[in-house]
Amino acid sequence: MIYWHSFADFIAMGGYAGYVWGSFGVTALIMLIEPILVSRNRKSTIARLRRQLRAETRNTAE
Amino acid sequence: MKDRFNLYRLASPATFYPFAGTMIPYFAAVSAVFGMAGLYLGMLVAPTDFQQGEGYRIIFIHVPASWMSMFIYLVMAFWAAIGLAFNTRLSGMMAQALAPTGALMAFLSLWTGALWGKPMWGAWWVWDARLTSELILLFLYIGYMALTAAIDDARRADKAGGLLLLVGVINVPIIYFSVKWWNTLHQGSSINMAKSSMATTMLWGMLLMAMCFWMYSIAVALMRVRTIMLERERHTDWVKARLAGDEK
Repeated sequence: MIYWHSFADFIAMGGYAGYVWGSFGVTALIMLIEPILVSRNRKSTIARLRRQLRAETRNTAE
Repeated sequence: MKDRFNLYRLASPATFYPFAGTMIPYFAAVSAVFGMAGLYLGMLVAPTDFQQGEGYRIIFIHVPASWMSMFIYLVMAFWAAIGLAFNTRLSGMMAQALAPTGALMAFLSLWTGALWGKPMWGAWWVWDARLTSELILLFLYIGYMALTAAIDDARRADKAGGLLLLVGVINVPIIYFSVKWWNTLHQGSSINMAKSSMATTMLWGMLLMAMCFWMYSIAVALMRVRTIMLERERHTDWVKARLAGDEK
């Protein structure tokens, strides 16, 4: 089933290792970092909106 | 009958927000499953290519990323048209949420294309119709994001951005058909309806990876649209109630 003879064979990619792993590596990195950035942005947005909301309710109470 | 599922109700941010929240983990999980199956077939099982050797395996991310870069743009243009025609609130938020993911897909298409072009053509880049129109697509994404970020009023930003999206949509068929219309260095499409030039395992590997990218894009865009909703609807009661609760 598996096409490769050995793990080293797989890593070497028939001499195209730099091109193949350079493509897959950057893609994996982006697909890992993008969701992290999105959820960090979400947390900071929620914190900021909560602060604004508290400030508003304090002002209307006075 | 009152509780019956109604598609139109989802057009309201207050109902779409929790719906999107419950869907995100499913899309992420399905994306991971498709990704693992696609990588297994494409990287471990599929045979070598008789012309390009193992270098052809870049196809398993190059084609899905390229497809997504074009498809996400079409979806954004669709939302822009809906927004301009019916003045709906949700459509602008959807376009806004999709743009960064679309730009990243266009970048990945160009990046993996350069890494594939170098060993096969001897050049990282050529000013060929396919490559140039894909580069223009990346610029359209960046232009849309810069334009909407520069306008303070969100509804006006949506209108200006929507117009840009609709004008730029002409670029998508140009990318798609460029390999037919012009004599390009870029190879023709790997899949066609009549007969496929690929081995079955290669084809399945590529389709599974495309599904993985598709589900990934939906999950990330839904994550992003929820934050945009909170931000834009911050003066409404439903957002205030959510912020008062334990929203994470």
